[in-house]
Amino acid sequence: MPGPIQSLARAAAILRLLAGGERRLGLSDISSSLGLAKGTAHGILRTLQQEGFVEQDAASGKYQLGAELLRLGNSYLDVHELRARALVWTDDLARSSGEAVYLGVLHQSGVLIVHHVFRPDDSRQVLEVGAMQPLHSSALGKVLAAYDPVAHSEAAENERLALTPRTITDTAGFEDVLELARTRGWASDLEETWEGVASVAAPILDRRRMPVGAVGITGAVERVCQEDGDIQARLVAAVRDCARAVSRDLGAGRF
Amino acid sequence: MTDAHTAGPFIAAIDQGTTSSRCIVFDRDGRIVSVDQKEHEQIFPKPSWVEHDAAEIWTNVQEVVASAVEKAGITAEDVKAIGITNQRETTLLWDKNTGEPVHNALVWQDTRTDALCRELGRNVGQDRFRRETGLPLASYFAGPKARWLLDNVEGLRERADRGEILFGTMDSWVIWNLTGGPDGGVHVTDVTNASRTMLMNLHTLEWDEKICESIGVPMSMLPEIRSSSEVYGTAAVGVLAGVPVASALGDQQAALFGQTCFAEGEAKSTYGTGTFLLMNTGEKAVNSYNGLLTTVGYRIGDQKAVYALEGSIAVTGSLVQWMRDQMGIIKSAAEIETLASSVDDNGGAYFVPAFSGLFAPYWRDDARGVIAGLTRYVTKAHLARAVLEATAWQTREIVDAMSKDSGVELAAVKVDGGMTSNNLLMQTIADFVDAPVVRPMVAETTCLGAAYAAGLAVGFWPDTDALRANWRRAAEWTPRMDADKRDREYKNWLKAVERTMGWIEEEN
Repeated sequence: MPGPIQSLARAAAILRLLAGGERRLGLSDISSSLGLAKGTAHGILRTLQQEGFVEQDAASGKYQLGAELLRLGNSYLDVHELRARALVWTDDLARSSGEAVYLGVLHQSGVLIVHHVFRPDDSRQVLEVGAMQPLHSSALGKVLAAYDPVAHSEAAENERLALTPRTITDTAGFEDVLELARTRGWASDLEETWEGVASVAAPILDRRRMPVGAVGITGAVERVCQEDGDIQARLVAAVRDCARAVSRDLGAGRF
Repeated sequence: MTDAHTAGPFIAAIDQGTTSSRCIVFDRDGRIVSVDQKEHEQIFPKPSWVEHDAAEIWTNVQEVVASAVEKAGITAEDVKAIGITNQRETTLLWDKNTGEPVHNALVWQDTRTDALCRELGRNVGQDRFRRETGLPLASYFAGPKARWLLDNVEGLRERADRGEILFGTMDSWVIWNLTGGPDGGVHVTDVTNASRTMLMNLHTLEWDEKICESIGVPMSMLPEIRSSSEVYGTAAVGVLAGVPVASALGDQQAALFGQTCFAEGEAKSTYGTGTFLLMNTGEKAVNSYNGLLTTVGYRIGDQKAVYALEGSIAVTGSLVQWMRDQMGIIKSAAEIETLASSVDDNGGAYFVPAFSGLFAPYWRDDARGVIAGLTRYVTKAHLARAVLEATAWQTREIVDAMSKDSGVELAAVKVDGGMTSNNLLMQTIADFVDAPVVRPMVAETTCLGAAYAAGLAVGFWPDTDALRANWRRAAEWTPRMDADKRDREYKNWLKAVERTMGWIEEEN
């Protein structure tokens, strides 16, 4: 096993120094406290600054801890925050698509539904918040497995049950489906989870473009699909618009 | 915009609110086409005094209208009517000839008229004008605020006597300016806003001469009272010049309208910083013996006025903010649900947030907040649950008071406002009230209500049935709690409420 990497150890020492007592320190304070040559300390600080771990005050030239460190500590997005941000957009998706909207996140080895908007037709419907959907066959699950490495290993390593005759269960076929989802930016479920039901979903990304969930619509295959059996293009567009709008609200750049 | 709803025509709604002014453009299905919003300054000259700069507000209103119309990519020709909704009771006096406010607007939260209201109660107390106005003498309402301005702004009473001064709530201010200001602006208010002045007789829907005299507000400066849905005039300035100004409703009444609560017994509850419940009581003004307010719900053109009972909860969303900002127990408001969901019940703890006394149905200003039932077992997660339960129990108390006063059982609670994204809270309300809780698909019910009333006035929508057809259920929570448990928990809550009372000792 190789020994510790000197520059990383020095970078850690600088971060600890900046985290202690006085918040802002100049280059000479830092180099003298740690017994480093000014040039060495400056090189490390510049790298830390590029990564966002350290910020330099424009006026005084002094250094302080950067915002990226805070984000590292708080990277977990609360699902209720996600629902609050998604509320307006998912309502609009239900209205424009005429179908029920679901928002899901990875939970253990499945998709946990954290938000559900009824199909806007005044029929009797039951709120499905808290329900689970399968990771390998639902549109939400495929999107998560395609974009989130943790979801991918859950889906790849667990048994993929044949829920309908159309469920894709073999490894190569499943990986092809995920590859297609990544290429297109969305995934579908054509009677692969429930007979007669089709879904389409797209990923929600946060400001670091990490997948935090998926949003999609679900409805009768006769309404959701066109003649050739594929999902209607206007529904795909509506779902992707919604996913982009929620992602933008979470701080993701345009994509 | 990818789908067909950009094909007009449209209705523009202006919401002149407490913290910001907004404009939303709606299409015929009641869907939002574009939004713009701008905050204005909250002015605090002294503790518990709150003012707004009305000139700033009018500038902001013009800006958000221009911007919303631009974002929608439309012109005045595409807009069939403008609707107005507004923060209620906030009071302004201005010069009829110059259009300049004589003082900042006194905001509804401002309590400088507390002493004046006590004085106006004489030997009768706060219910002196309740039979005529439906309201207790409290610092919210506009009439005493106008009197305060007349008493405290130098030379104002003389100018008012000479007929140079106009009075208005924010609806009047916006409409007067929009229709031309000093150059032919119409000086009107609607029945819902007028019902919050304490100067209007609820039964005749006219200014009450005796009460105006008792409170000390000359009737000559009051606007004409009109229905909530009719053409008051035509916009004379800005990007929407030439478009009819066709509705005005106080914000809570607009939400009632936007939720299409058009039948007797239908009610809505708006969960924000505080919470407001309004129940349609049909064509009769129901007196409250359980601490609710009687108010006008809306009036469409020449039709009969529809009345409402109103109950408010002072601290709901602000209790969650308090947990976040003052206690630091959560990092974001949404996290209260995460924390509360980590336990199955309240662990025996009850939180009564009587931070500034108890409102409906108790009206006790000697009460202060209490957390009762603490043991070593209780964690912050139990407290988070008690926080959400506090909002649900207070909803139950108001719903009970409404049933008692009106004799109508609530079939369902239609909810809107920011807290409706809290699933656990909505389920808890359904459980505690023992009625379904229903969330509509458009969260912006306040603006939607103003748009609906304006659209009705110009024939954009034929009738209220057409508006009902636009209403879509987005979610519904059904009661799942067994009755014994609910009754037991309610008893505990009521015990906790009792413990808040009498904390503040009589001063003097």
